[in-house]
Amino acid sequence: MSTGTLQVTTPSDREIAMTRVFDAPRRLVWDAHTKPELLKRWLGVHNGWTLAVCDIDLKVGGTYRYVWRGPNRAEMGMGGVFREIAAPERMVATEKFDQSWYPGEAVDTTVLVEQGGKTTLTVTVRYESKEARDGVLKSPMKEGMEAGYDKLAELLASGGVK
Amino acid sequence: MEANYERLSPDRLNATFMALADPTRRAILARLASGQASVTELAEPFAMSQPAISKHLKVLERAGLISRGRDAQRRPRALEARPLAEATEWLEKYRQFWEGNYQRLDALLEEMKTMEPKRPRTRRQGDQR
Repeated sequence: MSTGTLQVTTPSDREIAMTRVFDAPRRLVWDAHTKPELLKRWLGVHNGWTLAVCDIDLKVGGTYRYVWRGPNRAEMGMGGVFREIAAPERMVATEKFDQSWYPGEAVDTTVLVEQGGKTTLTVTVRYESKEARDGVLKSPMKEGMEAGYDKLAELLASGGVK
Repeated sequence: MEANYERLSPDRLNATFMALADPTRRAILARLASGQASVTELAEPFAMSQPAISKHLKVLERAGLISRGRDAQRRPRALEARPLAEATEWLEKYRQFWEGNYQRLDALLEEMKTMEPKRPRTRRQGDQR
């Protein structure tokens, strides 16, 4: 098992699955996925974006809420409800973006398997329809980009940029 | 770069993903990757009737993944590489986004490991205590 190679597959026409090996014990990978102060260090934090809000109520039926802030006051929020939690090996949660670019809610299943001090992470996202899945594949972080473009359009309309 | 992706038709991408979702159709594409073939030749390895295979071929054709050759007798099917490349490109874009996340996570995990008091760095891998 080699670390560092992310595989993305489409196991069915409604799913996207990602597999990645980390050179760390499972408990640490679990913490990095469930503790706000740790998530804020890596999840979607790039190109000037920060994970400004990260609230997690880690229990079955509990909710989570993430809000990213980007350049030009762009904002992107998402959240959902935990359906299954078996620390540190399995977690199932719903996900929905505030201004979703795909219809309905998706269900994320996260599975962590530890072997020889390394952890294999598999995240499977199951969408409500094939169209929703294809829309996501088509345009990751589209919403964030659009928020950025909206700001640019505003600026252009106001005459701030010639 | 994003503008390039926006130009691609979502319908076509949908058709491509739908066509690829079926194992028989993927096998047909794999066969065509090694050269064009007639419907009879394509049906051979499968326990399927020719009409059933023709149905799959129609889906692949609609997705633009295969084309028909000029030979009026054989009407050989040939692989069309472009839509497949486009679908792969979308997947690659998604992969890159997450790979960025996971590289940051790698760095964080390294930091977390050094701060683990109960797990001395000298401990051998595979030690399950």
